[in-house]
Amino acid sequence: MDPQIIIARRVAKELRSGNLVNLGIGIPTLVANYVPSDLKVFFQSENGLIGTGPIPEQGMAHPTLTDAGGRPISALPGASTFDSAMSFGLIRGGHVDVTVLGGLQVDAHGHLANWMIPGKMVPGMGGAMDLVTGAKRVIVAMQHAAKGKSKIVAKCSLPLTSARPVNLVVTDMAVIGFPDGKATLLETAPGLSVGEVVALTEAELAIPDDVPEMRI
Amino acid sequence: MKAVSVEEAVAMIPAGASVMVGGFMGVGTPERLLDEVVRQRKTGLTLISNDAATPGKGVGKLFDQALVSKLTATHIGLNPKAQQQMLANQIAVDLVPQGTFVERIRAGGCGLGGVLTPTGVGTLVAEGKRQIEVDGKPFLLETALRAQFALVHAFLADYLGNLAYALTSRNFNPVMAMAADTVIVTAEHIVPVGVIAPDHVVTPAPLVDYLITNG
Repeated sequence: MDPQIIIARRVAKELRSGNLVNLGIGIPTLVANYVPSDLKVFFQSENGLIGTGPIPEQGMAHPTLTDAGGRPISALPGASTFDSAMSFGLIRGGHVDVTVLGGLQVDAHGHLANWMIPGKMVPGMGGAMDLVTGAKRVIVAMQHAAKGKSKIVAKCSLPLTSARPVNLVVTDMAVIGFPDGKATLLETAPGLSVGEVVALTEAELAIPDDVPEMRI
Repeated sequence: MKAVSVEEAVAMIPAGASVMVGGFMGVGTPERLLDEVVRQRKTGLTLISNDAATPGKGVGKLFDQALVSKLTATHIGLNPKAQQQMLANQIAVDLVPQGTFVERIRAGGCGLGGVLTPTGVGTLVAEGKRQIEVDGKPFLLETALRAQFALVHAFLADYLGNLAYALTSRNFNPVMAMAADTVIVTAEHIVPVGVIAPDHVVTPAPLVDYLITNG
């Protein structure tokens, strides 16, 4: 299975009926495709919409109905729109139950870096800092390694997105949580052993007695 | 409110002015005003805008013509021209978390000196800012943001200047309409007074200084 789809399917299992959820761009966006249809989840787009729906059919796009990347989307029955102050009031004020974001690095204490690479990539943080600071639960959805280097690091070398640690990291190899502020291996991807995940992870991982296989 | 042509409105903006522009990735941006800013070549602008849109769209047009000298924004990653101008030090860029950006503008429009936000504590964003503890929790003091001009785009404007917005094109427009000395508005439709029901007015008419006429 495609690594991105493994991640998206596993993250989708974290969502509950009634949750207000904000998905970042990239792998997080895919999560919406794997939410069971009987689960009533509200998706927020931070440019001012709750109740985002799928990409409209050819010829049905409207120029004033877009996602945070400016791409056409649709709105589900029961959707609501609001200005940016309200949108970030929802985010910072703890009204968003779950945010799913991409990552460049997550460290052994759950700190996330995902908004800049000094001297190389300085796009701006957009809404990421508010989301990580304010959402009730922060899930990072990212590949375990980039160019053979672990993205789960001992300490972030890149600038942090927030001082607040994330709650869960889901990669194509593992699910990692941070009980007591310490990176802990909660699940391994199908076909991978605990030893293999540990070998491919820079951060020291706490290993519980039972580490089940990820169910996707 | 005064109804004026787009040429007259933009003629009021001097070179080097500070200008807030509504819109999110070019959605809900007053394109006709920006086209005229480009035509009249208003240079050295201090731009306050969520993003830099993309080349040829929204505020992206201002970067195509290198009309911006200072930018306060939250994300410019989708406009390579704005990125190049930043890396070449042609524009001074202040990147601000989006929730902080909108709250600073809201504060500017509501007579507040600033806001206390937890966003950015313990990150590069905190550098040079005052950190204040309230009930044992750390917050950054983020100061208010205003401009000489706000360029706003609405879905409906009535003859008095009451405004309503459509879907995700609302974004920063109503907040910016509070936070500038002079507010200039374009609308998709100009409609008789009463078409926008009082409960559906988002920006009340007294906030609007100039409405751009059709044609």
